[in-house]
Amino acid sequence: MLSSALKQSLTLAVIMAALVGCSSTSTTTDSADADSAVSSAADSSAVDTTDTMADEAVEALDTVFYFDFDKSMLKPEARAALTAHAENLKAAPKAVRLEGHADERGTREYNMALGERRAKAVRDYLVLQGVDASMIETVSYGEEYPAVVGATEAAYEMNRRVEMK
Amino acid sequence: MMLYRALGQWLVVALMAVAAQAQAELTIEITQGVDNPTAIAVVPTGWTGGALTEDVAAIASADLRRSGQFRPIAREDMLQWPRFGDQVFYRDWRVLGSDYVVLSRLNPVPGGGYSLDFELYDVLSQRKVLQRNVQAGPQGLRDLAHAMADAVYEAITGIRGAFSTKMLYVEAFGNKRYRLMLADVDGAREKELLKSNQPIVSPSWSPDGKQVVYVSFETTRPAIFRQVLATGERQQLTNFRGLNGAPVFSPDGRKVAMVLSKDGNPEIYTLDLATRVFTRHTNHFAIDTEPAWSNDGKSLIFTSDRGGKPQIYQVTLASGRVERLTFDGDYNARARFTPDGKSLVMVHRYNGVFHIATQDLESGMIRVLTQTDLDESPSIAPNGAMLLYATKDRSKGILAAVSLDAGVKFRLPSKQGDVREPAWSPYFTKR
Repeated sequence: MLSSALKQSLTLAVIMAALVGCSSTSTTTDSADADSAVSSAADSSAVDTTDTMADEAVEALDTVFYFDFDKSMLKPEARAALTAHAENLKAAPKAVRLEGHADERGTREYNMALGERRAKAVRDYLVLQGVDASMIETVSYGEEYPAVVGATEAAYEMNRRVEMK
Repeated sequence: MMLYRALGQWLVVALMAVAAQAQAELTIEITQGVDNPTAIAVVPTGWTGGALTEDVAAIASADLRRSGQFRPIAREDMLQWPRFGDQVFYRDWRVLGSDYVVLSRLNPVPGGGYSLDFELYDVLSQRKVLQRNVQAGPQGLRDLAHAMADAVYEAITGIRGAFSTKMLYVEAFGNKRYRLMLADVDGAREKELLKSNQPIVSPSWSPDGKQVVYVSFETTRPAIFRQVLATGERQQLTNFRGLNGAPVFSPDGRKVAMVLSKDGNPEIYTLDLATRVFTRHTNHFAIDTEPAWSNDGKSLIFTSDRGGKPQIYQVTLASGRVERLTFDGDYNARARFTPDGKSLVMVHRYNGVFHIATQDLESGMIRVLTQTDLDESPSIAPNGAMLLYATKDRSKGILAAVSLDAGVKFRLPSKQGDVREPAWSPYFTKR
């Protein structure tokens, strides 16, 4: 148990390094977010606690993961559920579709690309956890399918998401 | 394959390419015109037959009013409705304050259809400025009216009229139903080109106005289609994993530029329609999307966040050299060249609000044209006088138009669904 926990946090560290590496090369303004992501990754004990809960709460796992405006970096709170999903998918492989979405601000095709980048961020996380990449399809709908209709910050937050199906 | 079977249950795509004729669903609300519009009297069209389905003079008059450059005289205020030039009493029109008078006469053409004779008279100089005849089939009364407005507009402003052009737009009903629509630029004669329960995105025209390309999600993924307007015949151009988006025809009509992410990142490609060869023109891990051709077809502009935020870049196709074009603001996207090639129009975020703006390419000066929020998808008329764009009115998607000098504005709200992504057609006849 101890060794598996250790292994998991090591994997996480590798993933985070990879994710941070990506973001810092793509933008300069993202560096603030990258820093905060690193510090929250160090605090990865949260992942371990959910690990034991995963079996009894498969149904309750989050299947929607949220993002910041014009960002495609996984939020720390998404990782626990995604790690549990990864374990389930490794135990019982099945086809997964990751649908990326954006809020309505900005242009439609740029948002289409942003939704894809978000879906791929989730996919990459699952793959690094050992899920077979060939079982995962990513599709972006951009801003075409808002979860919540409205021009409020609250609505936008709900719409910047990846849905696992 | 497994994925498709699993998805088959809820992905029932209903596709139709039929002409659904109904009453116009887009209405026009003029919100702003030029300070001193030219007063013009478009006299009711002479006709000796039975009741007509369209009021030709009224349609032409509305066209001229919508341009913002003209103030049509109400027909009730006219002292007489002359049919021929020798019946024009210039003094009466001068008293009305009318700068110009348009007379027209409609006649049936043997075998069906109509012939329209019209003249334009200058009240001040008391002379005939223009005389012309145009003809159309039995369903062509609106075409005749738009042709008359085009000729009058050009005779007075020196700019070719674009009232005979058309527009595409997407209409959505919730997240449930989508329609690709074709209509006159005054919103009339709308026709459904495609219906789907999956999103339809990014419609645009071939340079001859005979075909359209667009993105449809009907296959459970985005795919690029082209469709021939006259026959409804469709062809799926792409079926790659990932993004298949933002298709635009080259100025010579032989290629389509698009964004594909099949190799990992969204990149700009061109497809040669004859050889079916795809050529990649960008290579960057950032988002590259929303290509548009330069008027000479030798380069593409596109949106990229390679500098951290979305900005407009230009790639020269022969050399692959990439140059950044926009520097002002933290979000510039979906740019198009103006017909004269001297400016861009684009979506520009200013103080956190998304507007339509122009940028002069030589000086780099940006000018914001719209005041509303969430403005997007600017599409310029082929004469460069106005552009259509999409915006929101109390969270409903509507179309609106603004002149390139921001002096003229009108809106085209929809009576039904959310409307968006207008694409102004090219001219259908070349000069």
